[in-house]
Amino acid sequence: MVVREKFHFDLKELQNKLIELGEFADHALSESITALETKNVELALEIMENDTRADVLYEEINDFAILLIAKQQPVAIDLRRIIVAIKIATDIERIADFAVNVAKSAIRIGSEEHVKPIVRIREMYEATSKMLKLSLESFIEEDVKKAKKVADMDDEVDNLYGQTIQELLRINQEKPEFLAQITQLSFTCRYLERAADHVTNIAEHTFYLVKGRHYDLNE
Amino acid sequence: MVVSTYSENKTTEETSEKMGANKGSKKSLAYQTKDLNLWYGTDHALKNINLDINEREVTAIIGPSGCGKSTFIKTLNRMVELIPVVKISGDILYRERSILDKSYKVEDLRTNVGMVFQKPNPFPKSIYENIAYGPKIHGIRNKKVLDEIVEKSLRGAAIWDEVKDRLNENAYGLSGGQQQRLCIARCLAIEPDVILMDEPTSALDPISTLKVEQLVQELKKDYSIIIVTHNMQQAARISDKTAFFLNGEVVEYDDTNKIFSTPSDQRTEDYITGRFG
Repeated sequence: MVVREKFHFDLKELQNKLIELGEFADHALSESITALETKNVELALEIMENDTRADVLYEEINDFAILLIAKQQPVAIDLRRIIVAIKIATDIERIADFAVNVAKSAIRIGSEEHVKPIVRIREMYEATSKMLKLSLESFIEEDVKKAKKVADMDDEVDNLYGQTIQELLRINQEKPEFLAQITQLSFTCRYLERAADHVTNIAEHTFYLVKGRHYDLNE
Repeated sequence: MVVSTYSENKTTEETSEKMGANKGSKKSLAYQTKDLNLWYGTDHALKNINLDINEREVTAIIGPSGCGKSTFIKTLNRMVELIPVVKISGDILYRERSILDKSYKVEDLRTNVGMVFQKPNPFPKSIYENIAYGPKIHGIRNKKVLDEIVEKSLRGAAIWDEVKDRLNENAYGLSGGQQQRLCIARCLAIEPDVILMDEPTSALDPISTLKVEQLVQELKKDYSIIIVTHNMQQAARISDKTAFFLNGEVVEYDDTNKIFSTPSDQRTEDYITGRFG
C-alpha cells in the first residue's frame, strides 16, 4: 500500500496552485504589455483590478503550505518542497505586481505617440514568459537542467534590458520633451528585468529543492 | 464479545449497508455527549463533556496522560462500566439514542461500535479464524460466506495481499503492524458503524504506523472513527476534528486544521507546541 497517499496528493495540489498563480502572473504581464502597445487604458485598469486574484492565490498557497507543515510534519525533500513553494509563490506574486506597474505606466503614457516601437519590450516579456514556464517545470519535475537553462536565459533579458535602456537614453537626448514617457518606458524595462530575476529565483529554489544546497544563479 | 449483524442469506454488498449509517447522504451525528461527567470514586475524571461527533469522519482525542481521553472513549462503548466504582451523569447518545438507558443492551451497542486497542491482541488462532470468530459465534456456518467475510475484512484493513497465502498460519507469526491491521480487520468483520481506537499505533514502528494511518483515511469513507492518541502529530495528520482534553475537560474541540494552525485557547497552543505536557 502507498503510505501517506493523502499527503502526496496534497503536495500535488500545492503544485497545481503554484502553476495557476504562475499562469495568472504570466497572462497579466502579457496583457500589461498589450495595454502599453495598444494604448489601451481600459485594459490597463482591468489588469490592476484583477490583481487581487493573484493576492488571493498567494495567500491560499501560504495557508495551505502552513497547514501541510502543521499537519503532516514533512521532512527532507517534502519539507524543502513546501518551503520552496512558499518562496516561489512570493516570487510569482511579485511578478504579478510588476504587471500592475507596467499597466500603471501604460495609463501614465496614455494616448501619447510612442517615441519608439515597443518591440524590444515585447521581446523581453516573451523571454521572461518562457523562463517562467520553464522554471515552474523545473520545480515540478525536479529538473536542475531546466533550472540552469532558466538562469542562462536571464542573460538574454539582461542584454535586452541594457540595449533598450541605452536606446531610450539616446532618444531622451534627441527628444527631451518626451522625458515623462521615456521614464515610464524605462520603468517598464526595469520591471521586466526584475520579473526575470524573480523567475531566476524560482530556478534557484529548484536547485535547493533537488540538491538541498543554496545556489546563486543571479550573479 | 460483539454481536454480528450478519445473516447467511445476505450478500456481501447488502451487508455493507449498516442501519442508520446513511451512507452517501448528508453527514449526521454518530455520537453526542451531553454534560457528561464521570467519577472514579471521588476522582472527577470527566467534567461536563459536550461533544458532537460526526459520522464518517476521524475524530481525534488528544491530551496529556491522565486527562481523561481513554476514559472518554471507553464510555462510548460502555467498557467503563466494568469498573465498579464508576459513576456517570449526563448522557451519551449513539445515533440519537441514549446508551446509558438501562434498556439499551451493551451487546447491541457493541454490534455497531468496534474497538481497536493499543497493543495488537489477536486470538492465538489462525489468521482466518481471527476474522471468522465473531461472525461464527453469531451463527454463520456457511464456509463460502465466512470466506467472503474474511477476504473482505482483510482487504478492508489493507492486509489481504500480505496474508492471503498464509491464512491458516497462526496470527502470532505476523509482525506487530500486521497484527494490528489484523485486529482492525477482525473489527471490520462484524460490520460496525463506529470504530473506536485507543492509541492504535503506539506499539508500532513508524512505517507500520503510517500504514495504519493510511488505513484510517480509507476506512473513514464508510465508518466513523474516534481515535485516542498520545501522538498529536498523528491527530494532525489523520483527523478531521480534534478534541483537546485537559484535566477531564474539553479545552477545545474544532476542525483539526484550526486546532493545529490557529488554536483558540492558549492551553491548546501551549500543549501542541510542546510548552507543557
